[in-house]
Amino acid sequence: MKRPLIRDPWVQAALPPLLVGIVVLSLWEAACRGFAIPEYLFPAPSVIAASLVQNGPDLLRALWSTMRVTLIAFALSTVLGTLVAFLFVQSRFIERGFFPYAVMLQVTPVVAVAPLIIILVRDTQVALVICATIIAIFPMISNTTVGLRSVDPGLANLMRVYRASRMQTLLRLRIPSALGYFFAGLRISSGLALIGAVVAEFVAGTGGRSAGLAYEILQAGFQLDIPRMFAALSLITAAGILLFLAMSGLSRLALGSWGDPERV
Amino acid sequence: MMAALAHTAYPRAAQAEAASPAPERVMTTRPAANAAPAIEILSAEKVFADGTRGLAPVDLTVREGEFLSLIGPSGCGKSTLLSLVANLNEPSDGRLLWWRGGFDGVGAEGRRMSVVFQDATLMPWLRIASNVRLPLDLAGVRRAESAPRVQAALEGVGLGEKGRSYPRQLSGGMRMRAAIARGLVTEPNLLLMDEPFGALDEFTRNKLDADLVDLWWRRSLTVLFVTHSIYEAVFLSTRIVVMAARPGRIFAELTIDEPHPRGDAFRRSPCFAEYCQRLSALLTEASLASDPATTEAGA
Ligand SMILES: Nc1ncnc2c1ncn2[C@@H]1O[C@H](COP(=O)(O)OP(=O)(O)O)[C@@H](O)[C@H]1O
Ligand SMILES: [Mg+2]
Repeated sequence: MKRPLIRDPWVQAALPPLLVGIVVLSLWEAACRGFAIPEYLFPAPSVIAASLVQNGPDLLRALWSTMRVTLIAFALSTVLGTLVAFLFVQSRFIERGFFPYAVMLQVTPVVAVAPLIIILVRDTQVALVICATIIAIFPMISNTTVGLRSVDPGLANLMRVYRASRMQTLLRLRIPSALGYFFAGLRISSGLALIGAVVAEFVAGTGGRSAGLAYEILQAGFQLDIPRMFAALSLITAAGILLFLAMSGLSRLALGSWGDPERV
Repeated sequence: MMAALAHTAYPRAAQAEAASPAPERVMTTRPAANAAPAIEILSAEKVFADGTRGLAPVDLTVREGEFLSLIGPSGCGKSTLLSLVANLNEPSDGRLLWWRGGFDGVGAEGRRMSVVFQDATLMPWLRIASNVRLPLDLAGVRRAESAPRVQAALEGVGLGEKGRSYPRQLSGGMRMRAAIARGLVTEPNLLLMDEPFGALDEFTRNKLDADLVDLWWRRSLTVLFVTHSIYEAVFLSTRIVVMAARPGRIFAELTIDEPHPRGDAFRRSPCFAEYCQRLSALLTEASLASDPATTEAGA
């Protein structure tokens, strides 16, 4: 690689947002100092960073707790959602029968259901996972179903001309056709799993059952430790960004050779 | 002038002729009229679910070694007819015979069929070689056996170097060649093609036409070819069936009694122009007969 660093595609992709970030943080820092805004109203980035370091162990433990719920819910959504999608495409009857209920799951706000689940389910962690899964599973179901149905009719005819079995058609045509939609589903679902986990933690935290970063935010709020609140918030954001990047990378790895259908 | 045309309204007669052994392929101008039938369409009719009469009862025999083209105004049922022959669709009434038998016999030695559609219909996630290998994979042919056949098929269409490319890296003409290679890799006896070169520019189309007619000649293929190009039909075919629409039906047929192999010389010859004029006149008649207002009187 002899080309200058500035031409590197990675640098070109990362440089603009990095610059914007640095400028915004600097302005923020300068404004907080210049106008002498008290840190219990709106802390400067440096104060938040200090709080992050100071409360490091607690926050990391909370982050791990939130991430564990998120990842388990995400995995469950992926597996169950894909299974349900395969069921849906097997028969229109099954799809017609169950799809309204999948929509019902989707449109009911988790915040509204979470208290009920947290009361019903003894184990807080299990309750959190259930809440997060409820919100994260829908894009997996709908995207994978659409994907499995998105078969090019010409290719479907081709498979029939060559007398492909049902299994051959599934493996060689339906699943590859669905992959693009599947990965788009993964990206949405991973973000929703995190949102679901945090929302459920808030509800559980309000009920006095401690868990995760949301609980940290609640506690910091009670104690008016605003820098710590911001520190916890920044960790949630970082976790979300990481998940998104991981899913994008995964989809690029898997689809890389033939690219997004839109990009062709 | 019309009276002099060597066409007849297609006779809806029964297809009763004595079974005859397939004759040896010699350098004749066209397959013998008594060649064994590959496809027999017997009063096949297609009414779609919405009541559209895609095809009025159609009788047509495609004989072994023929290069038979279907031409007609759009919506006259060419694709519908082809899909019946490909068994992608069932006739509402009447029936079809493949090599004098049911569709179950298709695929056996000497009765292999391939279809090439208007689009290349390649799988975008497979390399060209894997796309071409698909029919062999589906039939359970082992890699060791299929690999050389795939390479030979690719070389046959001038894509020997492109096996490792993805479809999107190829031009439209190359993709169509790949689709043809996939159609040929199973060494079919009957090739069904639905406007395969319709989306290509004229230059590429002429080149592919020349290759196709050469291949048909060398391999003793039987081809059923749908086109909307008069020149293409005349250049390629041993026989052309003109169809009319509403309802889809056979309107006339024209035999192109010219020797093979044909090349550019034929394209430039006066008789080529004459055939084109005849066919053009027939098509005009077919279009008029397809007008909803005149259908009753014309048919
Ligand atoms: N699945 C279908 N349902 C209803 N009508 C159809 C269907 N397929 C084709 N048709 C109609 O049948 C007629 C013949 O269609 P087609 O065989 O595609 O014509 P061509 O290939 O000659 O242009 C058209 O009028 C078309 O609209
Ligand atoms: Mg058509």
